Amino acid sequence: MRPCKRPALTDHHHRRGREANTMNIVVCVKYVPDATADRQFEADNTVDRVGVDGLLSELDEYAVEQALQLKEKRADEEVTVTALCVGPEKAVDAVRKALQMGADKGVHVTDEEIAGSDYIATSLVLAKAIEKIGADNGPADLIVCGMASTDASGSVVPAMLAERLNLPQVTLASVVETQGDQVRIKRDSEGSTEVIGATMPIVLSVTDQTGEARYPSFKGIMAAKKKPMETLSLADLGIEADQVGLSVAWSKVEDTTPRPPRTAGEIVTDEDGSGAVALAGFLASKKFI
Amino acid sequence: MSEVLVVIDHVDGEVKKPTYELLTIARRLGEPSAVFFGAPDKADGVVEKAKAYGAEKVYVIDDAELKGYLVAPKAEAMAQLAQQSSLSAILFPSTFEGKEVAARLAIKIESGLITDAVDVQAGDGGAPVTTQSVFAGSYTVTATVTRGTPIITVKPNSAAPEETAGAGTVEAFTPTISDAARTTQIIASQPRAATGRPELTEADIVVSCVRGTGGNFDPIEKFADSLGAAVGASRAAVDSGWMPHSYQVGQTGKTVSPQLYVANGISGAIQHRAGMQTSKTIVAVNKDNEAPIFELVDFGVVGDLHSVLPAATEEITKRKG
Ligand SMILES: Cc1cc2nc3c(=O)[nH]c(=O)nc-3n(C[C@H](O)[C@H](O)[C@H](O)COP(=O)(O)OP(=O)(O)OC[C@H]3O[C@@H](n4cnc5c(N)ncnc54)[C@H](O)[C@@H]3O)c2cc1C
Ligand SMILES: Nc1ncnc2c1ncn2[C@@H]1O[C@H](COP(=O)(O)O)[C@@H](O)[C@H]1O
Repeated sequence: MRPCKRPALTDHHHRRGREANTMNIVVCVKYVPDATADRQFEADNTVDRVGVDGLLSELDEYAVEQALQLKEKRADEEVTVTALCVGPEKAVDAVRKALQMGADKGVHVTDEEIAGSDYIATSLVLAKAIEKIGADNGPADLIVCGMASTDASGSVVPAMLAERLNLPQVTLASVVETQGDQVRIKRDSEGSTEVIGATMPIVLSVTDQTGEARYPSFKGIMAAKKKPMETLSLADLGIEADQVGLSVAWSKVEDTTPRPPRTAGEIVTDEDGSGAVALAGFLASKKFI
Repeated sequence: MSEVLVVIDHVDGEVKKPTYELLTIARRLGEPSAVFFGAPDKADGVVEKAKAYGAEKVYVIDDAELKGYLVAPKAEAMAQLAQQSSLSAILFPSTFEGKEVAARLAIKIESGLITDAVDVQAGDGGAPVTTQSVFAGSYTVTATVTRGTPIITVKPNSAAPEETAGAGTVEAFTPTISDAARTTQIIASQPRAATGRPELTEADIVVSCVRGTGGNFDPIEKFADSLGAAVGASRAAVDSGWMPHSYQVGQTGKTVSPQLYVANGISGAIQHRAGMQTSKTIVAVNKDNEAPIFELVDFGVVGDLHSVLPAATEEITKRKG
């Protein structure tokens, strides 16, 4: 097990931006196959990310939105929002979309060796990239993720990032509030509504309950073209090829089968109560009554 | 046979049905040991239940020092427990908490993780082979873990719970929790009011509705109650403030996989489908005969739910006699 490197809570100021008046936010955005189009697998059972239409994961737009709102609320501070994506060449589109929405910088980690990575390897690459962004621009105070990716829907990468970076995890927020380096969120957990608190730096994930994400404006789209975009390889992050990718994944998809199409059901049109009788008849025939 | 750890899903000692499903699955893979995080005075009742579903051992972890914090302490405790013996798998309920504890544990003990399994069987040599339903239910995927102790989170309704007496030997376990794991504090927690209906994710029948009902849920609730069903909702109903978010079915709500799903006035958007497409039987009532939901149904009624549902409720009550 890794030794605990986390400083005591009272000691956090040296981990915040270089000056008290700066704040660094990294937003993790994933490039996913479009859920409204056909999604498929490759021959090696990995998700086809290249042969289909892809886009910035819908649920990560909420993460970008929350980062931008925070930047707007903290107008008297120098807040930098960096969008980070690990994915194939095409995935740069996800970073670009985040820049168009208003993020300041983009970082795209891409390397052939990453293809087929599982959660474990993906979280490793993200964690190393966050450390590199921190070394270059000042350590991240806030790492914002979506609640889940729309392809894998694991909802596990934020927890893994917190574990790897040894930071508090504040996940599944429906409302986010910050004051200085304090963060408070509201969230719906399994059986209750909770208020959670932590001190930055933290890993945060947000749900679609946080509020609509903005559309890129024409001005935003033009401005994005001039924003800094960095492309990093595994070598840039000091990760060996045998730490990531399909061949070393700690879990393996053995087989993928398209679900057989549902056999067309019986559809009746209600006329003067006939629908209700037919419905009850169907439920009885299936022993639900 | 080596041990399989099953993390008990419970609220204040009330064990939830997925726990029994996990214990049933665990028996296919090895010797089930249940793990109870909770108050020691609730342990006796929980142990009895775990025992009745085949737990040979029950580790009791007093959560007094853990429960005020989010997931990290539980992950530390599980990692320490996992180091005690050689395990053939660790099973968690696929709740958000279950998944997050599993995620951190996977990194700590360097083991592969599979989330949201809808079935787990013993494969060659007894190692678990999982089945997942992905891409909003349009693909079925089987997978195995290739490194470490397989950590698997399992969705509700993935197995029929089978009772069988286990030894149920109690072992108190006291983890050492670091300060670093206690940095995310639960400041307040407001339990949701009980509805008196079955839990959405565990129910055999789910009846869902939408804003089409104009905020009047009477016909839906009466219909649901006539079937003994849980009530769900689409995001449209939740967004308009008529239903709490905990009722939402779909990509960003709950995933349900009941025997019967009845969608009333729900169009069938991909995000909604993602949460209900694996239901065994699907029924819809919708006044638009072109609503995409009809592509999924085993039985559909084109009609106004305000007239169809009350009449159906009456008919069901009559048939039940
Ligand atoms: C990021 C994101 C996440 C989302 N997550 C979810 C999610 O988890 N769950 C979810 O459900 N949605 C989710 N959505 C929303 C989803 O895209 C749809 O907007 C939503 O499911 C539509 O809900 P609906 O079908 O109830 O409403 P509508 O699309 O408005 O459909 C209403 C339907 O009711 C019918 N109707 C109206 N009145 C009557 C009547 N009197 N009798 C009979 N039929 C009637 C209409 O014909 C129509 O088909 C998400 C969207 C986004 C962008
Ligand atoms: N390849 C990736 N690149 C950037 N962010 C990611 C990537 N994978 C996951 N994430 C982040 O982690 C969140 C949860 O992902 P998941 O655990 O896969 O459901 C997403 O909403 C993203 O914010």
